[in-house]
Amino acid sequence: MARLTVDNVVLAKEIIGRYPRPKSALIPLLHLAQEQDGYVATDAMEHLAELVGVTPAEVLGTCSFYEMFKREPVGRYVINVCTNIACQIMGGEELLHHAEESLGIRSGSTTPDGLFTVEDVECIAACTEAPCLQVNYRYRHRISHDQFDRMVDDLRAGRLDDEVPPHGTLARTRQHIPNATAAGPGFVEGAEEPVWITSRPAPPKEGAKA
Amino acid sequence: MTVTDAPKIISSRFDHEDSFTLRRYEATHGYEGLKAALAKRPDEVVEEVKTASLLGRGGAGFPAGVKWGFCPPGVWPRYLVVNGDESEPGTYKDRILMERDPHQLIEGVLIACYAIGCAQAFLYVRGEMALAQERIAEALNEAYAKGYVGKDILGTDFSVDIVLHWGAGAYIVGEETALIESLEGNRGMPRLKPPFFPAAKGLYLQPTVVNNVETLANLPWILREGGAAFAELGAEASRGTRMFAVSGHVRNPGVYEVEFGVTTFRDLIYAPVYGGGIGDGHDLKAFIPGGASAPWFYEEHLDLPLEKGAVDRAGSMLGSGAIVVMDETTDMVKAALRVVRFFARESCGKCTPCREGTSWLEKILERILDGHGRPSDLDLLLDVCDNISPGIAWPPKQTTICPLGPSAVSPIASAVTRFRDEFEAKLGGGAIPVTVKMAGGAYVRKPTAEVAS
Amino acid sequence: MTDVQAQPTVTVKVDGHEVTAAKGELVIDAAERAGVYIPRFCYHPRMKPVGMCRQCLVEIDTGRGPALQPSCMIECSDGMSVETGTPVTIKAQTGVLEFLLVNHPLDCPVCDKGGECPLQDQAMSHGPGESRMVEEKRHFEKPIPVSALVLLDRERCILCDRCTRFADEVAGEPLIHFMDRGNETQVNTFPDHPFASYYSGNTVQICPVGALTSSSYRFKARPWDLVQTESTCHGCAMGCRTVVDSSRNRILRQNGVDIDPVNWGWLCDKGRFGFEAIESDERLGAPLVRDDAGDLVETTWSDAIRTAATAVKDARKKGPGAVAVIGGARLTNEDAYAWAKLAKGVIGTDNVDAQLGDGLPAEVVLGLPRATIDGLCAPGGTVLWIGPDPREELGVLHLRLRHAVINDGVKLVVVTPATTVLDGLAAAAFHPAPGDLAGLVAALLDGADAPDGTDADLVATARGLLDGDLTVALGRGSLAESAGYTVDAAAVVARTRPETRVLPLLRRANINGALDMGLAPGLLPGRTTLESGADRVEVLWPRVPAEIGLDTTGILTAASEGKVDVLILLGADPLADFPDRQLAAAALAGVRTVIAVDLFLTESSGRADVVLAAAGPGEVTGTHTNIEGRISTLGQAVTPPGTARPAWMMAAELAMRLGADLGLESVADIWAEIEAVAPSHAGITAELLAATGDGVVAPLDSARLQTTVVDDQGTAIGGSDVGPEGGAGVPEVDQDDAPEPSGEGAAEGGSGPAGPDAEDAEDAELVESSHEGGGDASTIDVADGPDAEEGAPASPFVTFVAPEPTPVPPLDSYALRLVVTRTMYDDGTLVQQAPALAALPADAPLRVHPAVLDRLGVESGTRVRAISPRATVTLPVVSDPGVPRGVAAVAYRRQGGAGDLVDVGQAVTEVRVETT
Ligand SMILES: Cc1cc2nc3c(=O)[nH]c(=O)nc-3n(C[C@H](O)[C@H](O)[C@H](O)COP(=O)(O)O)c2cc1C
Ligand code: SF4
Ligand code: FES
Repeated sequence: MARLTVDNVVLAKEIIGRYPRPKSALIPLLHLAQEQDGYVATDAMEHLAELVGVTPAEVLGTCSFYEMFKREPVGRYVINVCTNIACQIMGGEELLHHAEESLGIRSGSTTPDGLFTVEDVECIAACTEAPCLQVNYRYRHRISHDQFDRMVDDLRAGRLDDEVPPHGTLARTRQHIPNATAAGPGFVEGAEEPVWITSRPAPPKEGAKA
Repeated sequence: MTVTDAPKIISSRFDHEDSFTLRRYEATHGYEGLKAALAKRPDEVVEEVKTASLLGRGGAGFPAGVKWGFCPPGVWPRYLVVNGDESEPGTYKDRILMERDPHQLIEGVLIACYAIGCAQAFLYVRGEMALAQERIAEALNEAYAKGYVGKDILGTDFSVDIVLHWGAGAYIVGEETALIESLEGNRGMPRLKPPFFPAAKGLYLQPTVVNNVETLANLPWILREGGAAFAELGAEASRGTRMFAVSGHVRNPGVYEVEFGVTTFRDLIYAPVYGGGIGDGHDLKAFIPGGASAPWFYEEHLDLPLEKGAVDRAGSMLGSGAIVVMDETTDMVKAALRVVRFFARESCGKCTPCREGTSWLEKILERILDGHGRPSDLDLLLDVCDNISPGIAWPPKQTTICPLGPSAVSPIASAVTRFRDEFEAKLGGGAIPVTVKMAGGAYVRKPTAEVAS
Repeated sequence: MTDVQAQPTVTVKVDGHEVTAAKGELVIDAAERAGVYIPRFCYHPRMKPVGMCRQCLVEIDTGRGPALQPSCMIECSDGMSVETGTPVTIKAQTGVLEFLLVNHPLDCPVCDKGGECPLQDQAMSHGPGESRMVEEKRHFEKPIPVSALVLLDRERCILCDRCTRFADEVAGEPLIHFMDRGNETQVNTFPDHPFASYYSGNTVQICPVGALTSSSYRFKARPWDLVQTESTCHGCAMGCRTVVDSSRNRILRQNGVDIDPVNWGWLCDKGRFGFEAIESDERLGAPLVRDDAGDLVETTWSDAIRTAATAVKDARKKGPGAVAVIGGARLTNEDAYAWAKLAKGVIGTDNVDAQLGDGLPAEVVLGLPRATIDGLCAPGGTVLWIGPDPREELGVLHLRLRHAVINDGVKLVVVTPATTVLDGLAAAAFHPAPGDLAGLVAALLDGADAPDGTDADLVATARGLLDGDLTVALGRGSLAESAGYTVDAAAVVARTRPETRVLPLLRRANINGALDMGLAPGLLPGRTTLESGADRVEVLWPRVPAEIGLDTTGILTAASEGKVDVLILLGADPLADFPDRQLAAAALAGVRTVIAVDLFLTESSGRADVVLAAAGPGEVTGTHTNIEGRISTLGQAVTPPGTARPAWMMAAELAMRLGADLGLESVADIWAEIEAVAPSHAGITAELLAATGDGVVAPLDSARLQTTVVDDQGTAIGGSDVGPEGGAGVPEVDQDDAPEPSGEGAAEGGSGPAGPDAEDAEDAELVESSHEGGGDASTIDVADGPDAEEGAPASPFVTFVAPEPTPVPPLDSYALRLVVTRTMYDDGTLVQQAPALAALPADAPLRVHPAVLDRLGVESGTRVRAISPRATVTLPVVSDPGVPRGVAAVAYRRQGGAGDLVDVGQAVTEVRVETT
């Protein structure tokens, strides 16, 4: 599979509709493609190019800029170990090496069973909880080597399926803007001053704040 | 030690298990600030925020009310972009605000949109923060259902959509013009200021206000309690309270909301209710006062108040409220390399000095750390730094487009100046290791399907 | 670029010297004008500045103290002070250069760019002298093809964004893009989506290092071995300025030269790489004649010319109309003039046409107020585009128009037979079915009812846009639709908006020059008619045809009926280029002798009896005239192969054999005569042309030309007040020593048959009968008044008078109307002889609307039978939502397709499509 499914095309169109210009939806749509396939397939990028009206090269230009988009299949679980400064001084590199050793792979690669990919990543905004990591972008704070091994076992056994969806899925709740209550996208052309800017009573002549 | 009794302005609900639900929010003054705002004219709301003298919490510390006023009059539509891309090493406060109190942020966004006259707001959350995305999506869905967001908000003529958007892994996208590029679906490469100041030419080249999550989270309280009440807290330029993440070699690493302007670094690092001091009987060696871009501070800076002016004058910045504490066991060459490597990896590649210079710095430091440094390398390091940030001064000058390049200079300048002996001790005979490395340093960054043996 | 005079100015200081700059002018440009060159890589004056490379950093002080700023991004403001030589600036610039070299492979000795490389040059002038980086450099796979024509070496690339900006901003085809991030950033294409742009070669030209190279030029030469010759591109009628690089008598490369009024430095790839055909081994290096066995064999020039002359003489016995001339659009102005003089002035035939049935009647081209390219693209204007896809036919005009719409607020209303690249730029786009064109234009300009099926709202929108001043671009959208409809559309424009200027969209290289020189029925040089121009030319020409002759369709029809004895093909290949292949074939079969002037043995010249080997572009000097009437010089970079020679020489020699002396002994001679004889060219002296690189639009000054008169003696008056050295270039043709006796006398006394007496009944009949046969239905008239003021002499110029409208045949609901378009690359000789281009023509399937395909019940790509009154052709059919429902569209190819279907005898060609 590679092009978006019919359901996802419907979703893609809803997402595109939220933005004043279709290309703004590109990153959300790349996430959608990654959610569908676990990575961003070449065909998916071509499909997105059609959907937002740009060339495939432009889609790839955007896609390849961002670390999270994988253009080749990765493990079902992507484990990102932070080694940035706050984690580094609290054992982040050791944690990474432990992960590499216990999974038998180098950072940046995937276990032969296709289950785990390990990456060494930059600061993930959990510095006070060092050392830390994410599995498919779900946090594990102050994790010891033993806890790491237990986590891997749990993942392998499917015990964390509720908490950790397969790679590609981020938020499991989607924003939905009901048509009835939507204000509508702020279009670029022909926009006028919003009504509320002037609809309130004018400031009193005197004593107005400086 | 000064631990003030300032109220918690933005972390007040953190102790509740269900802090992120609309029910809890409504039960704890939720959306009262919005109602207060809607009872005023937009320009009065702007005034209230100016009175509060709320500084931006994203890094640059620019007063929010003043920034809103930079939108050229009569140019519509305007947009609000919420910067939730928190990625500055050491920084951890926006994520917690988004995960634990999403409605507070939404309310802040609504107040800002009302005051500025925005046609639409985009809430740009960092890509890696799945839980924050989930909580905000839930909160927005609830808020839409209750008429807090969308058309004719709370029965008034104020209408605005808030669109949840998230990134995909690129630190530079936290820079406001790169954020805008990213929101347009492009590579997150900064635009040049001039001419692209967001307030005048931002998203789709329309007037755009970019505010940090924490900045906006303060608005409900300010509108509810009044700007003056906010301004009563803190000192000098730094009013209200602020979230600081204290990490590294302290006993109680954590995110603390403290009174701005008066609390000191010593308080945050040593007070038992905060950092609790350096553990294991070690001593302080250095600390980063405001995120990885900030020049390092030492012992002698501990009693500086957390006040913008004082910290700026002392040669660093409060930046994103990230304090990373390093004790005397820390290898300063390694620490400097780690921070430089961060900036080299995160350079967008648009401008030459940053794209080429930061990677070069990384290579030189790696070489020194590996024992292959030459005596001339320290001067070379500093000269390369000088070519990225002429004069290696503070505030930094730059040959680059944005401040990311010069950010890589801060740790080197700090470490080489203060700990030159540690560098010199590592210098070897100058033999150059013959290793073939592809661009990007020691680690292969893009995972592939191929399995390493 | 910035016109300093026309705008409010500011004063800035550059290194202490005051410089007046236009408001908005960039510091980097203002400094350069002041003689201070600031180094740069990413900045290119024809693209938006991005300030990325940081090489142009200088200290700029706007009152708040000096700060390093990219001079390519900062606009001059009053009181600004710019310092380009301070220690801080020098340090920054040296530092940036060092950074650029840190990962650069420094493989200059094997790099095409070595010797003309801005990186190399600026490293010498502003660089650090040595590299302090000892680590391994960044590695990429060495050159990868990004298109069939362009290779990319990412190790050399300095990521200046010029090529990618060009692709996006200028060409509108962002098929190359930055990929990845930071220090790993690279330029690349999407997998399997090459940079298949007609403009890809421009990226090679603007790359400031040797990262982008063309497969055509790669490793061919070192810059210091090249001789540079400025010239004008021959690829189409746009007239782009070029510089031809040659070495050891071979042309190796052609680049664009930046001139404001035309091409801004850009070229299309057909123009850029088309020179390869000139270097083809298959060029003719000697004349050929058909021997007794029927084979074409090499011969001497005297033999070839004698053979040709004999045939012409024999034919002339029947009357001058038995000789016909087709072609001339590929010649220089001087060649065209010489052939016009030979054909019309010596032989006396008016069956002369430079166009091949795919253009417009000369009265439309020359008789309407002419627009310039700049006029079409003037900021804030409105353009009504009626005609072909500019990207396919006039490559760089598309770039200019695109820029005008996107950056200069030009509003565009488009009328083309099917969707083109312009639809994306247009405020309103219409695709009338063949036959409905004039009706639609009348609806837009005259409030008439729009043809059935036209979107009424869109018509209303377009009417609103077209209400004020506008400029019209007018050409043939389809070869399968009579030119009559375009003429009728022109008539609507002329009637409703008489002041409106029109840019004719003829495509063949020097077609406009050929028409100016009189290579069209009814015309004489200088945009005059047989009647209005006769006084002038008769001074120098033995005679002038008495009656208006046939156009190419008429000639071919007459020839197919055996009424033409000698057909001269001037670089024309009707079998390949005339829309109706069957008629062309019948014509060549029906002619006794075909004389071809050509570079190659083409399908048509291969059937000739005498082939005269001609010199081609880059091998001759002379002038060229573009779509707006701009005359510019052609440079000779190399010598022609063998004994091939310029076409004007052949005309002179042939005239000699016919007993007439053209009196033309050099290109300079010819130009002097043109300048004297052609009222449209008065004052455009060789000196004037030499003095301007931009060329000169003819006529020089219409106001002045109103008063240019031809006195009783045929003296051309005027011109002396124009140009740097007014009179110097005006030849003395006014006195008794004018060469007028030469032709007349020689013709009389010579051995040739000739003679003005040959205008006999037969001739007249020939002319008449073929007139019915179908020429383009418009008439020629001499301007006699609308603009001629009281007392002022009448203008000699051709004017357009609307003919009877071409009837619109009723719809045949079982058939589709055929639309045949040109593509930039096709299977014609010039493309096929250029190795770089030969493989580029795309397939030319029949394109129909998806609904039509549904009705046929076949898959896209299935082979079907297309049946026209002319032929049945089997070809694939594909679905194309850009084609209107009642239409079948196909790109013209010599082989198997469109050419066989078209019947020029019909105003529209109907085809039925059947599954096989
Ligand atoms: C390299 C760089 C990275 C940045 N990252 C962030 C970030 O992650 N979050 C943030 O809020 N601001 C970040 N900023 C600051 C923003 O550009 C901008 O100043 C801020 O979002 C404005 O919001 P405020 O006025 O509310 O502080 C960054 C700036 C730079 C130069
Ligand atoms: S300084 Fe670095 S991150 Fe900023 S624009 Fe330049 S290359 Fe990009
Ligand atoms: S030329 Fe100005 S930054 Fe490149």
